[in-house]
Amino acid sequence: MLEIKGLDVSYGAVHAVHGVSLHVDDGEIVSLIGANGAGKTTILRTITGLNKASSGEILFDGHDLRKTEPSKIINLKLAHVPEGRHIFAQMTVEENLEMGAFADGKGMDETMADVYERFPRLKERRRQLAGTLSGGEQQMLAVGRALMAKPKMILMDEPSMGLSPLLVKEIFSIIKEVNRQGITILLVEQNAKMALSISNRAYVLETGSITIEGTAKELLKDDRVRKAYLGQ
Amino acid sequence: MTLSLFIQSLINGLNQGAIYALIALGYTMVYGIIRMINFAHGDFIMIGSYTLFYTIPLMVNAGMPAWLSVIFAIVICSAVGVLVETIAYKPVRKAGSMSALITAMAMSLFLENLAMVLFGAKPHNVQKIFSLPSVTLLGVALPLNVLLTIAIGVAMMLGLQLFIKKTKMGKAMRAVPQDRDASILAGINVNRVITVTFAIGSALAAVAALMYCAKYPRVTNDMGSMMGIKAFIAAVLGGIGIIPGAMLGGILVGLIEIFVKLFAPGWYEAITYATLILILLVKPSGILGKNVGEKV
Repeated sequence: MLEIKGLDVSYGAVHAVHGVSLHVDDGEIVSLIGANGAGKTTILRTITGLNKASSGEILFDGHDLRKTEPSKIINLKLAHVPEGRHIFAQMTVEENLEMGAFADGKGMDETMADVYERFPRLKERRRQLAGTLSGGEQQMLAVGRALMAKPKMILMDEPSMGLSPLLVKEIFSIIKEVNRQGITILLVEQNAKMALSISNRAYVLETGSITIEGTAKELLKDDRVRKAYLGQ
Repeated sequence: MTLSLFIQSLINGLNQGAIYALIALGYTMVYGIIRMINFAHGDFIMIGSYTLFYTIPLMVNAGMPAWLSVIFAIVICSAVGVLVETIAYKPVRKAGSMSALITAMAMSLFLENLAMVLFGAKPHNVQKIFSLPSVTLLGVALPLNVLLTIAIGVAMMLGLQLFIKKTKMGKAMRAVPQDRDASILAGINVNRVITVTFAIGSALAAVAALMYCAKYPRVTNDMGSMMGIKAFIAAVLGGIGIIPGAMLGGILVGLIEIFVKLFAPGWYEAITYATLILILLVKPSGILGKNVGEKV
């Protein structure tokens, strides 16, 4: 479904991502784990065109994303829940969800009803400004907004960041649930343990390059992963 | 001050204020979306006024009401607004705010001098736009012309609010300044939103030109610079980037101007600027502004 080959990204003189190749198949949850600054967020932002690649290939469903206008990528049904949530703070919860359906407003009311069913808290707060929500609620709103686009695949960037352990559990069970309904997921996480526990496969990124890859089970047993990312 | 004089001044102040408010909206909308002070915006009053000067006789000859010429003014102003944005501002958008500011100042000088070349330096007098009588109510003479002008201003502002709140493009216009990345991810074409913002801001200036010419039917190539500065002050006073702030600021500047003129005609500009300084001392982000740090 998503295929990246030999991706290079630089910020000015800083070479942030070197020669990264990865793929995500239909229906999978794939994690990209690694330390702060390893380039995980850069990879996601480059997939959806927020950052520019200097070389390499990004194919989604056969479309060359490097040649696609960033604002048109959502039309291919690829959604992105960015790091730090990026909700529209001065808009109401409901307006945020409407913005999620900006590119494709067909059947918006039903999709919204589904999202509200999944996140009853959002329904309670639908008229509230999104900036007044708690961190966990904002994360749910960001996920809900992505679902409004009826995506085939979602890129999720650090969904657990800044959340309490209880909320982290909840967010991960939501991701699993979303995936069970047929949405493919590429997950970027610092919380490697949680990420591996719900993933099919994973890649470990170190200073811009992929150093380890395999199934989540293999990685959970890998000594290097256990030492560096699982604290064991 | 007699009640009659007070009410008449109030009406005049609201009229003046509605004109400033419509222009201030153009400043504030553009600032809200690309953080740029479009110093050429005041000159769109001039462009609109010249359009009215040339098209009103055509309208009247065709047996139509003079004010319908505002349609031409809206079309011309929006087109020039979009053109200016595309050829002058877009290329420097990533070059930093100082480049954008200087470009806008240069554009203002260019438009004013282009108008002088095209239409000459001597003032043109616009034909009468509204010819409504005055009615006397409880001993107070109410000029219906002026009341109608105020009503047009209010209608435009309500229309804009409705557009921003309810339409898809309006929501996109609110979303982009809040979070550009999230807007792109949602599928909003940011460049198109910026273009529409310039078109709407310029169209509002065209309506302001109609209201201005209805009151002061004198068109000159540099009429926009002073109007522009006062409307800019109105936008800052109310809180730049905030749409209701521009409306409030405009009305305030208009009222201050008319009431101060009543008592101390030579002082009104000094007092307008002093008000701005005072308010910014107390609340640097303007009356309705939120005190947030610069976004990184």
